[in-house]
Amino acid sequence: MRIVVLVKPVPDPGEERLGDDGRVDRSVAAVINGNDEYVLEAALKLVEAGGGEVTLLSMAPAGITDPIRKALAMGATRAVLVSDPALAGSCSWSTTQVLAAALRTLEFDLVLAGADTSDSGGGVVAAGVATLLGLPYLSSARRIEPRDGGVRVERLSAGGYDVLDATLPAVVVGTQLLGEPRYPSLRGIMGARSKEIAIRSLADLGLGERPVGGAHATTALLAARPPAARGSGRVVRDLDPAAAAAAIIDFLVERRAL
Amino acid sequence: MAGGIWVVGEVDATGSLTKLSTEAATAGRALGEAAGREVTGIVVAAEPDRAAATMATFLPAVLAVRAPEGADRPAAAVVAARVAALASAAKEPPAYLVLGATPDGRDVAGMLSVLLEIGVLVNATELAWGEATESVPAGPRVEMQPFGGRVKTSSGFTGERGIILLRPNMVAADPLAAPGSVEERPPGNVVELPLVQVVERVATEASGASIEEARVIVAGGRGVGGPDGFTGLRELAGLLGGAVGATRAAVDAGWIPYASQIGQTGKTVKPAVYLAFGVSGAIQHKVGMHAAETIIAVNRDPDAPIAEFSDLFVVADLAAVVPALAAALRARIG
Repeated sequence: MRIVVLVKPVPDPGEERLGDDGRVDRSVAAVINGNDEYVLEAALKLVEAGGGEVTLLSMAPAGITDPIRKALAMGATRAVLVSDPALAGSCSWSTTQVLAAALRTLEFDLVLAGADTSDSGGGVVAAGVATLLGLPYLSSARRIEPRDGGVRVERLSAGGYDVLDATLPAVVVGTQLLGEPRYPSLRGIMGARSKEIAIRSLADLGLGERPVGGAHATTALLAARPPAARGSGRVVRDLDPAAAAAAIIDFLVERRAL
Repeated sequence: MAGGIWVVGEVDATGSLTKLSTEAATAGRALGEAAGREVTGIVVAAEPDRAAATMATFLPAVLAVRAPEGADRPAAAVVAARVAALASAAKEPPAYLVLGATPDGRDVAGMLSVLLEIGVLVNATELAWGEATESVPAGPRVEMQPFGGRVKTSSGFTGERGIILLRPNMVAADPLAAPGSVEERPPGNVVELPLVQVVERVATEASGASIEEARVIVAGGRGVGGPDGFTGLRELAGLLGGAVGATRAAVDAGWIPYASQIGQTGKTVKPAVYLAFGVSGAIQHKVGMHAAETIIAVNRDPDAPIAEFSDLFVVADLAAVVPALAAALRARIG
């Protein structure tokens, strides 16, 4: 199976900040979005079991290749990085258009994407990509398996899961229940150095008439401020269990929560 | 021209409107009042009547779209195709759509974003109407708390249309004095999205109190030590009328189902009280719970990061404190 995995380099969680331009500061150390690693792992397992190859597709500044190399070291075959100065500050609508256009230039049976991202947290792009490409869309996957030339997905529901079937090609969004991502092996890390990261600019993609990118974003940040401080919390220690329990109950009463 | 505001409801497996949809309806109604625009509820389901009637207790006008043909398909594609059809058939297409920020809500928003060619603002914590500025026209001002709440932002749409996804528990649902009207509306020219078939619906979890709607959450992390440790937390949750939550470490260890996971790859909650036992407070967990009104943490490690954002931090062994707290609560209840 030929699988394309959408991966997003994100600022290391806990280190994210906004730049002076109000955009996510991409100069801090980047990692692969946590949710994307789960679907990459699922993709690698699928091709290990049934043959095929895994292509990474990413939209990011050209300098951010470390996370892509790490994903290649995990076992992906190659990477396509859509990178263009005009894309800085793109909204989710633009990102959707760009990723769909890039996918039109690739051959695949399955597109996998992680649930939301740790930086902007949108979680709306993959559904848009599937809709633009006219492909079946299956989200919240806890299990993905090939079946009768199509794909079967177990999708998390409020009280369990739904079993979904679709034909290929299809777009599937996965969750952490797909299983822990592997660590790159030393051999994988060495091998990744020579793997191809093809850089594509906006001009390389066949986009629609409506312009995309930061200058044409559908949304705008208007203000940012630090959150109201919680106030310094109270700390209690060296109490016996009953006294600790009493301290908690007193606090709940004080906060009118009990 | 000033397009209206549509609130797209979500219907649960039993045919009821979700609580978050009533919150979205309340937020949408307030937006409409501030902007002087019409607000319409949209409920799409195989059997929409009951959910539409609930929506009408919050909105003056609700359109119910019957879609029995969608019963064996994932709801998002069915809803998005019909909302898009309603929008293209409407005399005046909606300017803004408000939905709940749930897995289905995100899917519907992503689909409608390309079908209607409009932007999306996700994870709204507050919603208000704002006047035009240099960079945006008059329109919704959407408050968000990205990066684990380390920053609060206000955003708007650069055009005069957009989709807003509202987080759970940010708005108190407020019914109208007198319910609005429900009109059943054929959606018109529906272009179905590519077929995905629901082969089977499997129930695996007893539907206990949902952590997203609970006023009190008793959460456990790695420090709980094992599945048995959660038995004590369940008892506490029962005594406090709350629900049990967990960190990813506890879920990954198989001590408690994924449905209980709070944090970046789990659920986002905003309870009145968050009681954390053996939770270190890693950023990935914090993003899902920092909006709780009161945070109480019990941890053996005095340097655990959660100490920095707890209102009460108890340095103690939870194995001793949990039974003591349960006993004290039982004594209070009598």
